[in-house]
Amino acid sequence: MKGNIKVNEYVLKALIWLSAIFTIGILLWILLYIVVNGIGVINWEFLTSTPREVENALWPMIVTTLYLVALSLIISTPIGIFAAIYLVEYAKPGKIVRIIRFATESLSGIPSIIYGLFGMTFFYMVFGLSFSLLSGAITLSIMVLPNIIRTTEEALRAIPNSYREGSLGLGASKLRTILYVVLPSALPGIVTAIILNIGRIVGESAAVYLTAGMVPEVPTSIMDSGRTLSVHMYLLASEMIDFDTAYATATVLVIMILVINLTANKIGLFLNRKRNI
Amino acid sequence: MIKIQQMEEKKKNSRKFDNKLNAKPNKFWTGNKLGSIGAKAIEKLFFISAAIAVLCIIIITIFIFYRGTPAIFEIGLKDFVFGGEWKPSGKLYGILPMIMGSIYSTLGAIIIGVPIGVFTAIFIAEIVPKKFVRIIQPAVALLAGIPSVVYGFFGLVVFVPIIYKHIGGSGNSLLATSLILGIMILPTIISISVSSINSVPREYKEGALALGASHINTIFKVILPAAKSGILAGVILGIGRAVGETMAVILVSGNAAIIPSSLTDKLRTMTGHIALEMKYAMGLQEDALFATGVILFIFIMIINLILNIMTHKVGE
Repeated sequence: MKGNIKVNEYVLKALIWLSAIFTIGILLWILLYIVVNGIGVINWEFLTSTPREVENALWPMIVTTLYLVALSLIISTPIGIFAAIYLVEYAKPGKIVRIIRFATESLSGIPSIIYGLFGMTFFYMVFGLSFSLLSGAITLSIMVLPNIIRTTEEALRAIPNSYREGSLGLGASKLRTILYVVLPSALPGIVTAIILNIGRIVGESAAVYLTAGMVPEVPTSIMDSGRTLSVHMYLLASEMIDFDTAYATATVLVIMILVINLTANKIGLFLNRKRNI
Repeated sequence: MIKIQQMEEKKKNSRKFDNKLNAKPNKFWTGNKLGSIGAKAIEKLFFISAAIAVLCIIIITIFIFYRGTPAIFEIGLKDFVFGGEWKPSGKLYGILPMIMGSIYSTLGAIIIGVPIGVFTAIFIAEIVPKKFVRIIQPAVALLAGIPSVVYGFFGLVVFVPIIYKHIGGSGNSLLATSLILGIMILPTIISISVSSINSVPREYKEGALALGASHINTIFKVILPAAKSGILAGVILGIGRAVGETMAVILVSGNAAIIPSSLTDKLRTMTGHIALEMKYAMGLQEDALFATGVILFIFIMIINLILNIMTHKVGE
């Protein structure tokens, strides 16, 4: 009997180790497989030429991705931060807060393809926007809004109340306290949230594909359609013709996500160190 | 002459402005009364920003239903939801294969993702030394950050050929879809399980260990039951992610609108269905895709509702 229990424990322990190894292993497998196969194709011309100059080059997709990231952040960041300030600093617990919380939770649960469906037809019907960067950016902004609200909220809540009391006690108004004391202290947390949102926007494909379209040109205005790297990746993978370019595009995407995550992580560590002091 | 006059005017105006600033210290920044107009306006702005989230969810819900429900009535609820054939050319708009495709692939994802995810969470929270947690947790975050097209592409070039060669079928299959989805929901399940295991009071663990239970015994008999509802919330969140995943699924599922009868059969999910046909669909076919969106939306709402009830229970 006793021996049996021992065996069970070894089996469970082995399963725990195997699962952890699987998780880390699959991550390394994906990253290495894609980078090893793709890095050879990447060179300066491949990244910075239009497809007309160098075949399959990525420049229009990179520019479109950057535009879309910038535009989405410009729309979503202020709204998200303001909303979080309202929830943390002004709102009294009650019905309104519950409704807002329910709304943000529901928004974060909606699949991206539904956002795509919505953005594609709603903005067309209401504002006359066809496939365009603007339409894509508004859709993405709604998608990342819950994220930025939640993380900013956490960052604001982590600020000790003594900061606020000190500022108010010195005679500063509530608004001034928020703008000059609370927000600057919460800044690293907010920046981390923004960086992770960049990753989400870069990686999104379903919603972007239906709203920003897939014209592989450098967009000249926000009313132009454009093809982001992720959408390009999807089209390459579903056509299954040009595997070299597909691997290379995947490599560019993976490296971007790697850099974004490392940056966010570094800021997070800095934040922890500051808190411990 | 006129130009000089204009310049004079401008100067005067700017002086007026300066005087204004000098005469009264800028009330907006230094005023202590919350009642000052500027502060009130900004407070309103904060509130409006928070209300935008509510407005968005209302508009999206109403719009998707407004756009999708007419087609359901036109086709007939029974023929639409329980119809086994999707042939727009033959006026057949049944999405049962897509509904079953979504359910099967999600089930497969859970079977693969939940045990591995929960065990990995135990590893991170209980087994591994603290200094390695600093390496593993960012790795899990990175797993969450990899774009879904990259997962799909990886599945397409790695899993699909392996399944084609060694197991059978065409490779694009329920098995490949479940594998990719199972991996994709890992980070969600891991991160939520870790935090719910970590929030189990220390006394529970210390009590069990003091009574002579082994570490593994303590984990499975004491800590996991105490963290159960949190872990379940993570699983449900993972289900939501698996049901909603689109691009990765399109690349590995084969997209045939049939109900899969074995692990190596092709399948098509609701999300893939919408994304694949939306670009060229017209008329009733397009409406039927919006109607598919409505059904998908209802699925997600049910999942969210369960999650909501559960997390509130945890809160109590």
